[in-house]
Amino acid sequence: MEIRNLTCIRCPMGCQIAVQIDRHDIVSVTGNACKRGDVYARKEVTDPTRIVTSTVKVVGGKADMVSVKTKEDIPRGKIFDCMRSLRGIEVEAPVYIGDVIVPDAAGTGVDIVATKNVGKE
Amino acid sequence: MKNYDIVIIGGGPAGLAAAVSAKRNGIDSILILERDKELGGILNQCIHNGFGLHMFREELTGPEYAQRFIDQVNALGIAYCLNTMVMDISHEKVVTAMNRTDGLLEIRAKAVILAMGCRERSRGALNIPGYRPAGIYSAGTAQRLVNMEGLMPGREIVILGSGDIGLIMARRMTLEGAKVKVVAELMPYSGGLKRNIVQCLDDYGIPLKLSHTVVDINGKERIESVTLAEVDATGKPVPGTEEEYSCDTLLLSVGLIPENELSSGMGVQLNNVTSGPDVNESLETNIEGVFACGNVLHVHDLVDFVSEEAKTAGKNAAAYVKGERSAGGGREIRLKPMDGVRYTVPISIDTARMSEDLTVRFRVGAVFRDCYVSAYFDGERAVHTKRRIMAPGEMEEIRLTKEQLLKYPDLKAITVKIEEA
Repeated sequence: MEIRNLTCIRCPMGCQIAVQIDRHDIVSVTGNACKRGDVYARKEVTDPTRIVTSTVKVVGGKADMVSVKTKEDIPRGKIFDCMRSLRGIEVEAPVYIGDVIVPDAAGTGVDIVATKNVGKE
Repeated sequence: MKNYDIVIIGGGPAGLAAAVSAKRNGIDSILILERDKELGGILNQCIHNGFGLHMFREELTGPEYAQRFIDQVNALGIAYCLNTMVMDISHEKVVTAMNRTDGLLEIRAKAVILAMGCRERSRGALNIPGYRPAGIYSAGTAQRLVNMEGLMPGREIVILGSGDIGLIMARRMTLEGAKVKVVAELMPYSGGLKRNIVQCLDDYGIPLKLSHTVVDINGKERIESVTLAEVDATGKPVPGTEEEYSCDTLLLSVGLIPENELSSGMGVQLNNVTSGPDVNESLETNIEGVFACGNVLHVHDLVDFVSEEAKTAGKNAAAYVKGERSAGGGREIRLKPMDGVRYTVPISIDTARMSEDLTVRFRVGAVFRDCYVSAYFDGERAVHTKRRIMAPGEMEEIRLTKEQLLKYPDLKAITVKIEEA
């Protein structure tokens, strides 16, 4: 039996939630003041996901860098793999919001896309 | 001299939303003045996601959120000047600005919307002892270097202050390969949003030391280490609790200050608590036809509420220019913050001018659990709503309706306070 302690982020309360896990099964969720905490805790323990944001270099653009993000949530454990997939990447201006910068980042099936328009110099 | 109906000082989220709103409310002659080389303000360096949940019901990054408003400004054909620094605004609403193409510009405005945003508190404001070596940055400066210029300020980082920018930068620099050793916070609670504590610190195992501060900065040319110590309830370091952390960079995330030199220069009355202008129900300052919104008015946590506030300011400025605004009923209700409520925006309401609904925004001075937000209409408690939790780091609001206020024809003051259950 394992207990995972989490802080709920669904509201400013920040309930301290304890999730009791037996191998892969959630036995109990305690400490949450509302249903949203229960849902959050179960997802965080079984399938935590995040959006990753970063920047890459732009060649010949009005700005030196363009901001990027994973188009959707990726597993939390893949964050650093996603960052590695961006290493050394340069894109040529113009770049538009939504342009794919890295397809299928780190085997997640999720593309990394631009989040800013950068025009030609 | 050029003439415009509305001149907006600042092309960040507040200025953009105010411009769009003024245009949609029938004003064609609008000019936005922006000192940076592009519109969007601080959102351009806020590359993380989480913007727009209230406004667009989706999670956008800062640049994406800004672009939504820039697109509207362009579609509506609203004029703007970039790389343009406003030097002065006179009491008569003559704006003096400067840029490299036009030189000195003088613009007469019928209405002015102040949307200059805020700046970061610096080391000088904190009185930290020690040398003045290289390697000490405000969190926002580091954010600009990393996200816009592609430069890393350092590799071993200590962060003082748990404001949102500091938390965001803890994660950002970790992702870029730096080691963030600790975040120290003077107060017994964090000044940042809960989600940032979890997703920027907990996710990466970065410790947050509450009730701790930097008592010494070591290193002469480049910072080599900082000494942290615990502080007591009065904020004084406790002897014997000192710990040294080696680092090459110290980031400061210790609060934001509305940037109001232009406002005070033109005679706008500022509030001691917010450092922003005192405004009435129309978000109008003590100078008629001068409105304020966004972080120049009071520092916000969420840009969504900046946009909402700016929309109101733009609408009211448009009504003022068109002469459609009621002269006011002459009956002014004062808003008084008390017992845990640090300030309110606005500070006064003219019932003849107010719209059907009015949002009163405020911050509390400490963490309150299971308490009530109450509003007393003179002696009578007219609003009493329960909150599970309120914290200084999260802006609060109550809504008043015109209908509700008109029931009290002799009302002079509304006191907003926190009450125990």
